[in-house]
Amino acid sequence: MPRGFIIGDNSFFNEMRNADGSVRPAYEDYATWFDEQEDGFLARKGAEAEGAFRKTGITFNVYGEDEAEERLIPFDMVPRVLTASEWRRLTRGIEQRVKALNAFMYDLYHRQEIIRAGRLPQRLFRNNEAWLPNMVGFTPPGGVYTHIVGIDLVRTGPDEFYVLEDNARTPSGVSYMLENRETMMSMFPELFTRVGVRPVSDYPRRLAKSLAACAPDMTTGKPRVAVLTPGIYNSAYYEHAFLADQMGAELVEGSDLRVIDGRVAMRTTHGFQPVDVIYRRVDDDFLDPLTFNPDSALGVPGIMDVYRAGGITIANAPGTGVCDDKAIYSFMPEIVEFYTGEKPLLPNVQTWRCAEPDSLAYVLDNLAELVVKEVHGSGGYGMLIGPAANSDELDAFRRKLRDNPENYIAQPTLALSTCPIFTESGLAPRHVDLRPYVLVSPNGVDITPGGLTRVAMEDGSLVVNSSQGGGTKDTWVLKD
Amino acid sequence: MLGRTANGVFWLFRYLERVENTARLLDAGLRMALTRDIVTAEEEWRSVMETAGQRAGYETKHGTYTGVQAWNYILRDNDNPANVLKMFEGVRTNARLARNAISGELWEAINEGWMQIEELLSRPVGQGEVGEVIATIRRAATLAHGAVDGTLLRNAAYYFGRAGTFLERADSTARILDIKYYLLLPSFSHVGSSLDTGQWEHILRSVSGDRAYRWLNAGNIDARGMVEFLVLDDRFPRSLAFCHSALRDNLAALARVHGREGQCNEIIRQADIELTDLTIDAVLEQGLHQFLQQFTNRNAAISSAIADDYRFLA
Repeated sequence: MPRGFIIGDNSFFNEMRNADGSVRPAYEDYATWFDEQEDGFLARKGAEAEGAFRKTGITFNVYGEDEAEERLIPFDMVPRVLTASEWRRLTRGIEQRVKALNAFMYDLYHRQEIIRAGRLPQRLFRNNEAWLPNMVGFTPPGGVYTHIVGIDLVRTGPDEFYVLEDNARTPSGVSYMLENRETMMSMFPELFTRVGVRPVSDYPRRLAKSLAACAPDMTTGKPRVAVLTPGIYNSAYYEHAFLADQMGAELVEGSDLRVIDGRVAMRTTHGFQPVDVIYRRVDDDFLDPLTFNPDSALGVPGIMDVYRAGGITIANAPGTGVCDDKAIYSFMPEIVEFYTGEKPLLPNVQTWRCAEPDSLAYVLDNLAELVVKEVHGSGGYGMLIGPAANSDELDAFRRKLRDNPENYIAQPTLALSTCPIFTESGLAPRHVDLRPYVLVSPNGVDITPGGLTRVAMEDGSLVVNSSQGGGTKDTWVLKD
Repeated sequence: MLGRTANGVFWLFRYLERVENTARLLDAGLRMALTRDIVTAEEEWRSVMETAGQRAGYETKHGTYTGVQAWNYILRDNDNPANVLKMFEGVRTNARLARNAISGELWEAINEGWMQIEELLSRPVGQGEVGEVIATIRRAATLAHGAVDGTLLRNAAYYFGRAGTFLERADSTARILDIKYYLLLPSFSHVGSSLDTGQWEHILRSVSGDRAYRWLNAGNIDARGMVEFLVLDDRFPRSLAFCHSALRDNLAALARVHGREGQCNEIIRQADIELTDLTIDAVLEQGLHQFLQQFTNRNAAISSAIADDYRFLA
């Protein structure tokens, strides 16, 4: 048995080592390097990594505690490694899915062929809070709805990858993907000379290029891109500032923008200057107080009118949140088939829609084995993990399900794969998921090799969300 | 750049300068208090508080002046809205706001400095630690200025930052001079007494000018030489003349970058005309206090003109 290695529970697929301790192909070079290191080496590096993160200020804010306290997301120093062929398979599936998502959005806001064809029930939109009537009949510049997508994947075996969630609205976390790599490269430079890892550092450049390619026809000269943030107290402010900085774009708040002569303009020290593309990190509801929430000070009065007149690109398009709805998710296999004419390359996790009486009955009977999620929820809020819940919690959730079944879906607790993390007693397996970042423009779909691996820091825990104490890892896609 | 971002950079550097000046002031107070008897030490801390503009707040809270009380009030007391910790937080918040207008190294210098200072000020500062705290604050400011020098693009953001630095520095030197002079030397009759010399030395230490002054004046300290040095000597980087000329240059650079002059350029040009032929005799004749009042009022006018000219807020 290799030094310091805890095999853990064999009932989960371990991405680094087989049950007999032999190293899986993806980790061969890493494991060789690791075994050569002196005892205590990684422990010393751990403190170094935390120091580096604090120094650069890579934090996220936690609401409700001491006025948005800044916290570090735990970072684990053992990379998550995927082989070139595993990645090829994933990217084919992701590309197919993202194309279907965009075709679906277009259809939803135009003729709704998929509903006419009887493949999707009409009620899904009636109940979908993210559905925007303002988008009906309107085609965004370049026909792109989801410019930036995060597809959450989980793995249960050597060849079994599932899509857990589509994040088409405002996927976050890409700055962690980039900073995790920076940190790994500065801590273990010699490792990168031995293991061929595909780079991720050009993501901001790709993002800038992809966004510019979606500029409206009205644009003259080089498209001007701005990142719209709710401000420094937003939980993801660090990321907004980081991306604007890396793209060489302006980081704007609603109060910096104004509609002038049919364009959205930002208040610069030279006066107001038009913006062509807004990468917005505020929700639809706050985008335009004249159209949506009138109390919002985060948005720009009149921006929706400019948008509909073709004066600006908003990324992601308003109304895209429809796709994040977990009830829509449950129909993704049908959606992929309908728009691409192909079977989905990446399957969904089996999902019971509680709105359907048979499914509800099944869910109520088997609650202790299931994960139940709110249809519109995100970030691990408002969910029930059956196996981890006590009988009171189960009863409480049964009542919620009966009162409002349409608000819930249920999934089996998956045997999520594990990757080793570094602990005081050596490497120990922890459950992980993966969020690759996907860019869409009229020029095509661009997927950065890797993504954000989120890892449950506690033994046995299946919760990987950073808002719930999960950590992150650098994700490596090996070169061929 | 965005008006809001320009505002962030400007205030980042004003707060940074304010923090640094407060540290110098404390340092001088500490040194004076340690070399005096208890009664004069009390006087000294009262005077430090006055110069920091925090006397009223302090006296609402404390009836007496002791060093430990005084520096804790200035450094970290929650009842003091302008304590050093809060000001440094202001530096960092503005740096976060303007994150994509400043270099990574400047951001890290500020963030690291803030982390150290926050840690040091997380508990009351005792006699044995105050020196280290002051040194850390000064070092943090020095590191930030070094990062500016070596890594910041010389574009509008740089000029806004420098304008903020010199405006604040000029204000600080003027305030120190005004309060010390007005409080301690209501007339020239005390000139030459030993108390007087000690107070002037304090002033020089507050602006880190004691060495420079001695080099230039072969150790002779008198009111006239002091005022000449701190107001008119453009070789000393904290004198009014030096700060004023640096402010003028940076505002001129902003006008060049923007292709037009603003109200702020007009005000400083007017000030320039008045200052060009100014002599120490003329300053003393007018009354130093009146002169300094005029000077700080004009600084305030320049500050608000910059905000208007470059659309900081609307």
